[in-house]
Amino acid sequence: MKRRHFLGLLGAAGVTLTTGTKAKASDAADVAGLPNAFGVLFDASRCIGCRKCEAACNTVNELPKPDKPFDDLTVLDTERRTTATAYTVVDKYTPKAGENPVFRKIQCNHCMEPACASACFVKALKKTETGAVVYDASLCVGCRYCMVACPFNIPAYEYNKALTPRVMKCTMCYPRIKEGKLPGCVEACPKEALQFGRRRDLLNIAWDRITANTDKYVSHVYGEHEMGGTSWLYIAPKPSFAALGMDEHLGTTPAPELTAGALTAVPAVVGIWPVLLTGLYAVSKRKDRIAEEEKKAAVEAAIAKASAEAEAKLAEELTKAEVAGKRRIEVEVKKALEAAAKTSEGGEDA
Amino acid sequence: MSTENTKNSLFTPFNIIAGVILAAGIVVTIMRFTMGLGAVTNLSDNNPWGLWIGFDLLCGVALAAGGYTTSAACYIFGFKRFHAAVRPAILTAFLGYALVVFALGYDVGRPWRLPYPIFYSQGTTSVLFEVGLCVFIYLTVLFIEYLPAALEWLGGFDKYRTVLIKVTMGLTILGVILSTLHQSSLGALYLIVPSKLHPLWYTPYLPVMFFMSSMFAGLSMVVFEGTLSHRYFHDKMDDDYNANYMDLQFAFAKGAAWIMSGYLAMKLIGLAMDNRWHYLFTGFGAWWLFEVVGFVVLPCYCYAVGYRDRNIGLVRIAAPWTVIGIILNRFDVSLVAFNWKLPSALRYFPSVSEIIISLFVVTVGVLAFRFIVTRMPIFYAHPAYKDSSH
Repeated sequence: MKRRHFLGLLGAAGVTLTTGTKAKASDAADVAGLPNAFGVLFDASRCIGCRKCEAACNTVNELPKPDKPFDDLTVLDTERRTTATAYTVVDKYTPKAGENPVFRKIQCNHCMEPACASACFVKALKKTETGAVVYDASLCVGCRYCMVACPFNIPAYEYNKALTPRVMKCTMCYPRIKEGKLPGCVEACPKEALQFGRRRDLLNIAWDRITANTDKYVSHVYGEHEMGGTSWLYIAPKPSFAALGMDEHLGTTPAPELTAGALTAVPAVVGIWPVLLTGLYAVSKRKDRIAEEEKKAAVEAAIAKASAEAEAKLAEELTKAEVAGKRRIEVEVKKALEAAAKTSEGGEDA
Repeated sequence: MSTENTKNSLFTPFNIIAGVILAAGIVVTIMRFTMGLGAVTNLSDNNPWGLWIGFDLLCGVALAAGGYTTSAACYIFGFKRFHAAVRPAILTAFLGYALVVFALGYDVGRPWRLPYPIFYSQGTTSVLFEVGLCVFIYLTVLFIEYLPAALEWLGGFDKYRTVLIKVTMGLTILGVILSTLHQSSLGALYLIVPSKLHPLWYTPYLPVMFFMSSMFAGLSMVVFEGTLSHRYFHDKMDDDYNANYMDLQFAFAKGAAWIMSGYLAMKLIGLAMDNRWHYLFTGFGAWWLFEVVGFVVLPCYCYAVGYRDRNIGLVRIAAPWTVIGIILNRFDVSLVAFNWKLPSALRYFPSVSEIIISLFVVTVGVLAFRFIVTRMPIFYAHPAYKDSSH
């Protein structure tokens, strides 16, 4: 594969990631963009812990029968959570010893901007225009990041399926809503603790009920703003939602916004690093080249100096040698002359 | 290597232990793919990620960071003396990432769908998508960077080898980009769970901290693995490698000490920004201090003194110490401080089978490393390409 091809791929990744952060977890997850989203209002002060909703959910979703039947209320004594075979469970809480217990129904809250959908890297989970957050098992890789991400600990996993495990959770009875029917649990509730409707209408009902009974209710609709808002809304009797085992410190930031910053850094990294690194490379290369040139120049200078010195020395030696030579010649000549003179003198004598 | 030699060395203690781990790993592998994750792991609906994500993925990727740190130091920053260290580091990184993907095959429910996020249905709002895409491309990059060694070993591919050598610079820069992105996004994975991760570990700087710690993790791994290789593969090393080996260890010690100081500063700024000092006086606070003082401050000091005094012994102690610190940090984020509000009875602890698979993966890596370095030109330049600068 060519380098250009790679960079192209990478650039494309950067672009998709930027546009991806602008879009919400689903195409229509914007609260304002979902004016007709449905929801369910759960009033904990009305719930009697009869588990009829659990039974209905089990039937409607064709889930396996539980070990203990749904009319066995002793299961309420232990705290439970949703599982792969129970999309909803009812838990019992006793805020103060000796007082009447309060019940809470637990199921997927169908967040307006779901953490699970924004965390899913294959779009197996998505928020639909009805308000329901639904799951497509045909896309799921089984990474379980949705379960990590969910602030309400809702999605469950089929850990005992070797090759085809699914993530399991409440669908708000999406298929039934599409047919114009009520979710199974809502239909089965004998005490109207559950109410199905448009989310905006439910919010009004919830606040009307709270204002009409300020002594009784906590002055808060849980799910109105939690994690950017949920389709499932809760109101509860005093003292608090924490007494019902609910996390009161989730904040109002929608989950996708928590990671948006990190994702928008992607194009910055893709843009800045090559420039910066190539620059650094150029600098280090230039440094090397300059060092090399300086070294070369220094060597040349040294050589030049050395050769000049050598030449000078040679010349000097030569001169010296010349002088010495001359002198020797002179001496020899002198000697020869003297010898010649002596011979001639001798000759004269002879 | 002569046949006699192979026969004699087959039943070394190392080989026996490796054999036992491999056998146990194969048993667990069969169980995993016939009975499901539930049969071999302690994972639950409350703890969907366990040891295989905390160790095999988070630590695996961090400890394979030696590839990008070493090649960047050599090719981009111009530390040419460290050229001999590039090939071992690239090989370790390539094997590391390959094993991360291999280990993911156990953890995800339907491993054959792992290409889905890249080729079939892109969930671009997910940090995990970024991780997946980067790891996929980077694994390819590392393979290409490793390829020249394999081609030299096979012989007769000079034309291809020359092309690969020419793109080294581009691949190195690409490697740094990809590493920056996915090292940091492993930390960013946890940005989505402010309610589940303990405030001492949850900070908006998680991505930066994961990136910074990956740098000194990579440097420490190169030093540590260099020390081990020196001991066990010394006969494979050529003069060039040996001549620069000490210099490299000291230079990396210096680098690690600086980056660790910066990392420490980030940790403290994180606490100060959200005013989370009071958490230090809780049980989790003590553990946080244990991690930060015991496995960042002290090894950092050790590196700094080791560099200053040219004390190779101290540097060799600091390296594995830092590596353990990185593992501890990744465990803290993914396992210890995660789900901290959950009652202790519901908390996660890995099963024996999970530990076996993690050991299995490491063993496969070590065996692959040994197989390659005893055959291919990793610690020495191939005689035919001795003059080449790659």
